[in-house]
Amino acid sequence: MTAGKGGLHTREKVMRLVFLGSSILSLFFLALICIFLFSNGVPALFKIGAANLLLGTDWSPVDTPPFFGLLPMILGSVCVTVGAVIVGTPIGIFTAVFMVYYCPASLYKLMKPAVELLAGIPSIVYGFFGLVLLAPIVRTIFGGSGLSMFTASIILGIMILPTIVAVSEAAIRAVPASCYENAVALGACRERSIFCAVLPAAAGGVTAAVVLGIGRAVGETMAVVMVAGNQARMPAGVFQGLRTMTANIVLEMGYAADLHRDALFVTAALLLIFILIINAILFYISSINRLQHS
Amino acid sequence: MNNKIEVKGLDLFFGDFQALYNINIEFAEREVYAMIGPSGCGKSTFLKTLNRMNDLVVNCKITGEVRLDGRDIFRAIDVNVLRKTVGMVFQKPNPFAMSIYDNIAFGPKTHGVAKRAQLDEIVERSLTAAVLWEEVKDRLKKSALDLSGGQQQRLCVARSLAVNPEVLLMDEPTSALDPLSTLKIEELICNLKANYTIIIVTHNMQQAARISDKTGFFLLGQLIEADSTDKIFSSPKDKRTEDYITGRFG
Amino acid sequence: MNIYKLIHFGVWAAAFLSAAALFIIIFYILINGAPHLTPDLFSWRYTSENVSMTPAIINTAVMTFLTLLVSVPLGLFTAIYLVEYSKQSRFLTFIRLAVQTLAGIPSIVYGLFGLIFFVTFLSWGFSILSGALTLAIMVLPVIIRTGEEALIAVPSSYREGSFALGATRLRTVFRVVIPAAAPGIMAGIILAIGRIVGETAALIYTAGTVAKTLTSLASSGRTLAVHMYVLSSEGFNTDQAAAAAVVLLALVAGMNALSLYIAKKAVSYEQ
Repeated sequence: MTAGKGGLHTREKVMRLVFLGSSILSLFFLALICIFLFSNGVPALFKIGAANLLLGTDWSPVDTPPFFGLLPMILGSVCVTVGAVIVGTPIGIFTAVFMVYYCPASLYKLMKPAVELLAGIPSIVYGFFGLVLLAPIVRTIFGGSGLSMFTASIILGIMILPTIVAVSEAAIRAVPASCYENAVALGACRERSIFCAVLPAAAGGVTAAVVLGIGRAVGETMAVVMVAGNQARMPAGVFQGLRTMTANIVLEMGYAADLHRDALFVTAALLLIFILIINAILFYISSINRLQHS
Repeated sequence: MNNKIEVKGLDLFFGDFQALYNINIEFAEREVYAMIGPSGCGKSTFLKTLNRMNDLVVNCKITGEVRLDGRDIFRAIDVNVLRKTVGMVFQKPNPFAMSIYDNIAFGPKTHGVAKRAQLDEIVERSLTAAVLWEEVKDRLKKSALDLSGGQQQRLCVARSLAVNPEVLLMDEPTSALDPLSTLKIEELICNLKANYTIIIVTHNMQQAARISDKTGFFLLGQLIEADSTDKIFSSPKDKRTEDYITGRFG
Repeated sequence: MNIYKLIHFGVWAAAFLSAAALFIIIFYILINGAPHLTPDLFSWRYTSENVSMTPAIINTAVMTFLTLLVSVPLGLFTAIYLVEYSKQSRFLTFIRLAVQTLAGIPSIVYGLFGLIFFVTFLSWGFSILSGALTLAIMVLPVIIRTGEEALIAVPSSYREGSFALGATRLRTVFRVVIPAAAPGIMAGIILAIGRIVGETAALIYTAGTVAKTLTSLASSGRTLAVHMYVLSSEGFNTDQAAAAAVVLLALVAGMNALSLYIAKKAVSYEQ
């Protein structure tokens, strides 16, 4: 035993280092992603000019001379994200309230896995569903091609539902039961107690849910590519097609070269920056929450 | 003196478990009642029956009668009106996550008061009645969560008063507070007696002796004895009451 | 009408809509895809006349295995470090923040990173290996988070009991904590599998879209989700795309059910 003790001690130390190393790898990967994307984007930023890239309204990368205006795609992403939030937020928060305060236990056993499954369905399946069922319906009712901001917003709204429901539900459950009881004891009905007393107490978590949903909507690619129409022009209307930043990358990366390719890397870098901002917001919200709870 | 609340033959079950057995008691207007007894004896459950908070518990079944001003609270009164008339202050102060002003205004708004001037008046009156006005009048728009524990509990009293209740139920309102805040709440209860019927559940028998006019002793879901506080503490009729009181007083 | 009555109605309507969305999607895919699940679609070879999904399924299996091979140990080790070794510190916050950020990065950005780093910079070309490593980074946060939760859920009395017997920290972790946390860890891994199987955007420009069964890790190959994307975007084989969707859905639903079952078992162990 005494002989083995030194060996034990070394193994302990080595494994500790392995664990530490693994943890640092996450940090390393994040840095690697940032460095490689930004360094590939920066040259284009200089050659094309930041203003031309970010504010240019014309994206015709294979014309001579080419134009690399990303504004249509930036606005496209903003449009479908806003649309998705409009569709997904009220339904999501109301569903979360349902899960906590209305849902009978027997139904909850079905609802919870259903929402989880909604989160698990691959985006390509959502896109296919939007393409073959939703788009023709939109076309019949509202005219146009059906591949539009409207269709994309609905599909994205459904896709961010599970995120909003799950995170809001957790936030609502974290509010002490006494909050609801206090409101009821003042003679408030169930709806007033939930929406005017419990939800304000869960505001931080519910906001985080929506912000997470926004992040998911901005980054969503395959489903949007299939239903948004992908016209590289400024968004022209709710029932018109548009192109998002993510779609721009998927559609053109396959044949892009030189400056065109670099412009696509700028697009990806923009997405990354956006996600970094979203995470900063989430971090801020969670630190506020922690302060309030302590 | 008029009876504000009358309880007759009240039995209460949580599923198969019977929590209250055949409770009979009357509460007169403008008096303070203390409900004492060991933990789990049913005194809090009884209190929550009086404004039907037990409705929130699934599997809760109640038989018997509770009358408020002669009207059956289970059948003749809308539950939200009942809860407005019979206010409640909980063990742990729990202000809503909003400003002091909005906390107080929550109840009146619930019951249809919408005019700003009227709300202002209610907020001032309720906070004054709960002896909190002077401390918070300059920061009504600040979050109620920043108040101290004792202030939060007085805020909760003020919040209950804001809906013009006639009866005030208090479920161990001082058990989570420091001695100084406890004293303030007790003074507050004595002041409120002039206008309200107050029923308070407490573990603290000195507190019951200090502030109540009448006392009821609960044991294992039964109301063993209810009488004037003096009598209960000096010459209880039931042996069990005596044991409990002497045991606790040491 | 009273606003609170309206809200009451709204709550039920929202819940109904959420549930309906799921059922409509599933039913629609099933009705459109199931009839086209012919034996031909599962033949060994892909041809332009018979767009068999067998190669894609095999590629998916290999891709999943490779991705887990890298991400599970890394993720688990990280979780172990965060829960069992590190003290509350700024470093810990830093790591957590990095993991949270990685979780939020869109898959297409992972795809482009994989393209620049694995495909171009390391010159691995479009290959299963490039794809799998890209996915490994992508699912790492999933493994870390669920692993962390599972480890935290193990009562500290278990550790104390082991320490009291003179066991080292390492032995305690591997012999006592991890076995107790195994169901939670497994549930996380299965969640990751679901994500790998359903991923498209991160793979198009890393593993490529070749429709053949892989011959080595350096060969390009499409997974089932990519297969479905290519079929539906080409527009000739919409029925077959729907059939692939059925298989994808079945896989994902199966994974979810399995994860749920294992997590439930974990709860019953504790009681």
